[in-house]
Amino acid sequence: MTLIFSLNYKALSLADDKRKSQEMKETLDDLNTRVSAAREANKPKKARGLNEATAYGIATRLVAELVAGIVVGVLIGWYLDRLFDTKPWLMIIMVMLGATAGITNVMRASKQLAPKDTDNKDDEK
Amino acid sequence: MASPLDQFTVIKWADIEVAGYDISFTNSSAAMVASVVLVTLFVTLGMRKNALVPGRWQSSVEMCYEFVAKMLGDTAGPDGRKYFPFIFSLFMFVLFANLIGMLPWLHPFTFTSHIAVTFAMAAFVFIGVTLIGFITHGFKFLGFFVPHGAPWYLLLILVPIEIISYLSRPISLSVRLFANMVAGHTMLKVFGGFVVSLSALGAAGVVGAFFPLAFIVALTGLELLVACLQAYVFAMLTCLYLNDALHMH
Repeated sequence: MTLIFSLNYKALSLADDKRKSQEMKETLDDLNTRVSAAREANKPKKARGLNEATAYGIATRLVAELVAGIVVGVLIGWYLDRLFDTKPWLMIIMVMLGATAGITNVMRASKQLAPKDTDNKDDEK
Repeated sequence: MASPLDQFTVIKWADIEVAGYDISFTNSSAAMVASVVLVTLFVTLGMRKNALVPGRWQSSVEMCYEFVAKMLGDTAGPDGRKYFPFIFSLFMFVLFANLIGMLPWLHPFTFTSHIAVTFAMAAFVFIGVTLIGFITHGFKFLGFFVPHGAPWYLLLILVPIEIISYLSRPISLSVRLFANMVAGHTMLKVFGGFVVSLSALGAAGVVGAFFPLAFIVALTGLELLVACLQAYVFAMLTCLYLNDALHMH
């Protein structure tokens, strides 16, 4: 009688252990999913705050780049015109070249910034 | 009422003239000295204990160090390491200059709001970086101005464009910092003027004056962001130019 009882008990405890480990696994899995969910929830927020700050930086950077090209073109044109007495032709040419240089600079700057943006997008996914 | 641009007036504190050059000590010079002294105090006193587990102060110094080191490493690579002291000094100098200008008491002078100052810094960076380029690459550095794989007739246009684009660097570097600081401080003063002139109108005016006041509070937060951001952009672009000089991409 006692033997049966103990056997029964053993079987019960075995089943209990199995159930326990199953439960543990479930809670671990649950914890895993919750942790990764929390990480996901935190990530875009952080990135967005930083992106907005750098977006202002990028905006001022690109504008200054565009204006600086034209300014340098005007200055060189004005100086060369005074030097060779060819008003206003060299200035016209230099302003056009300066504007082109400004646009090239903007395109280069945005190309440098481009890979970072795609990285962020991948992170968010 | 005072003009919102009055805050940018340079006032001589002590007349000094050397060999015909006016090198008077002005409020601008005083702000520069204050910036240098504060940066030095911030870094040296912060690292005084040199603890393995940093306190708040030491931690903020280390954060500045790591921020600049990471920025330099990301943009210029390991070759740029030896220029770290210069970039760090430049960043901290501009950052403290911008932040000193944001102090609400003592009416401090923001010397980065003068194109003479920012252009001097940008020109120094430009000349230094160009020299580094010529020293590391010799006359091959001139190849920087010749785009690869372009036919010779296009080079007639492309080379001048490249040269203008290179020359525009100090201009864009200095104008960006200067314009941001001038615009921000002028805007703050203009809205401050609204508060004064509205509250002079009587009870209704005083109530109305709270709107520009609230705007000033928001704007001050934005200006703090701009102050840090523009110091970062200045230092980051210096790193980028350094990278171009070292590696000629």
